[in-house]
Amino acid sequence: MNIFRTLALSAGMIALGCSTALAANLTIGFSQIGSESGWRAAETSVTKAEAEKRGITLKFADAQQKQENQIKAIRGFIAQGVDAILVAPVVATGWENVLTEAKEAKIPVILLDRGIDAPKDLYLTSVASDQVKEGRVAGDWLAKTVGSKPCKVVELQGTVGSTPAINRKKGFEEAIAGQKNISIVRSQTGDFTRAKGKEVMEGFLKAENGGKDICAMYAHNDDMAVGGIQAIKDAGLKPGKDILVVSIDAVPDIFKAMAAGEANATVELTPNMAGPALDALAAFLKDKKQPEKFIITESKLYTPADDPKGEHERRKGLGY
Amino acid sequence: MRIPSVKRLLSPQLIALLGVLLFNWIVFPGFFDVAWRDGRFFGSLIDVINRGAPVAILSIGMTAIIATRGVDLSVGAVMAVAGAVAATCAVTGQPVIIMLLAPLAVGMLCGLWNGFLVSILGIQPFVATLVLMVAGRGVAQLITEGSIVTFNDPVLIFIGTGSFLGLPMPAVIAIALMVGAHLLVRRTAIGLFIEAIGINRSAANYTALRSRSLVLAIYAFGGVCAAIAGTIAAGDIRGADANNTGLWLELDAILAVVIGGTSLMGGRFSIPLSVVGALIIQAMNTGILVSGFPPEFNLIVKAGLIIIILVLQSAKLAPTLDRIIKQRPVQPSIQTSEKTG
Repeated sequence: MNIFRTLALSAGMIALGCSTALAANLTIGFSQIGSESGWRAAETSVTKAEAEKRGITLKFADAQQKQENQIKAIRGFIAQGVDAILVAPVVATGWENVLTEAKEAKIPVILLDRGIDAPKDLYLTSVASDQVKEGRVAGDWLAKTVGSKPCKVVELQGTVGSTPAINRKKGFEEAIAGQKNISIVRSQTGDFTRAKGKEVMEGFLKAENGGKDICAMYAHNDDMAVGGIQAIKDAGLKPGKDILVVSIDAVPDIFKAMAAGEANATVELTPNMAGPALDALAAFLKDKKQPEKFIITESKLYTPADDPKGEHERRKGLGY
Repeated sequence: MRIPSVKRLLSPQLIALLGVLLFNWIVFPGFFDVAWRDGRFFGSLIDVINRGAPVAILSIGMTAIIATRGVDLSVGAVMAVAGAVAATCAVTGQPVIIMLLAPLAVGMLCGLWNGFLVSILGIQPFVATLVLMVAGRGVAQLITEGSIVTFNDPVLIFIGTGSFLGLPMPAVIAIALMVGAHLLVRRTAIGLFIEAIGINRSAANYTALRSRSLVLAIYAFGGVCAAIAGTIAAGDIRGADANNTGLWLELDAILAVVIGGTSLMGGRFSIPLSVVGALIIQAMNTGILVSGFPPEFNLIVKAGLIIIILVLQSAKLAPTLDRIIKQRPVQPSIQTSEKTG
């Protein structure tokens, strides 16, 4: 299905003519991990859109969470003689051989969203977000919002031991470290899911005097925040007012909550990793300009002032 | 009449549940506080029965399946399928009756598939249901196209989060299902048939028992239970999350059945005690949440408590424990009678 759509898209683009001078005849292979989350689906559709915008023919391969499928896909791209390869690596290790093959074929490889343990000369650059920074942006927002008022925060962590959970916790703690009035009173894992987020928040509300002692809820992703918001409502409190809600990811449903006044802030984990990647690639192909090895995407803060309704509409079609 | 009922109440499962609840009360003194808020009870104890309901419902079906010396690993995935079907019906504006019956029908179909593989084709239950455990989640993801399908249907939301007589709706459904299933197996011969199949299926066949269709029906019932749990889970978060709904819950359901004293070798079973087992698991989860332990301890605390409960129930220790329990009410009465006499 996806392949047909990509083919149809690329056929359409070729028919449209070569408007952009440089990238017009580029063919790029994209090996995606799979579609395990809404964010991943959004990344795929944004990558396709970014390629289309630049008149690039994108060959898409879904690895269904398996590294061997990704390696096969990359070998396929090399055999087809593509101009560049985008990879969202499913694991960090085991890439040396296939990336060396790409290097010998003089095909630049760009990593999206995740890093790998391999010599840096095997890939052109990697585009990823800074998860510690995401936590810091959320913490900074809270510190600014509550000012000098005392504030007890409950934290809904991601899956125990996962990199985003560790980093987003670290960043948030760094941001509020200087603020004596803000303290994290409870922290539990909600496994990044709505159902667990709701259950954990229900527990927190009981444990903290029916929720009256809680000033803010910080969730490591929007899905847990959406679950937590429901728990706050069930407890007879107003999320967004009685308890501030700040989370990370910026998925469409959190903007729905924001439009209803039930969420206060979210930090975007942009699905647009391909945009900066393709820009770096264009610069490299044009005048051999070596891009930075690690391109960090922006961690943009969204609040109700940023037209949550419009953001919801804009993101709805991305496949989140 | 009174003495056997007291003895029954002293089953190791109920003592374990009481122990876990007391433990929760020690780490969080407000654990037993129940308030009346917005026309419903509100408190940690209510959370336990509300959050425990989906696993309790799964364990009801699982008890019957395990009693026939089977197992159903697909219930978590069937939950996800049923939730996806319910949410899709709600989003596409189907009539309420279809929205409620479609997930149940799909759940029954999944159960019949498992039953067909186990009962007609004679495939090992572990392997047969593993097929749907993997494929079912894929089917759910296909239905929702990988995203969380959210809805605002009042009926579905009521099933997941509403209340009846002040009790959460999921708990009411679980209790009704437990009582219904218990009466069905104990007031008719069905319970006896199930035990006969579990103990020795060929012997049961020689007594002219239609074990083939009964096993098929039991797996279908397990599928329906999973579908009910899936509909509740979807209604609870107002959306169908194909990736996470019911994930690993088949293991919790099996654990609940084992804690409830049903033998994995088939035969002996008790539906109410499996439900108590589900409540024990949830009481531990809720206790961990309100206790303030760091999340890194969750699994260790849970595993430790489960080991204690299973050791207390073990074949070597249980009889000794039983003797001690039964002696207690007797000994004081003898002493007092001696004193007064």
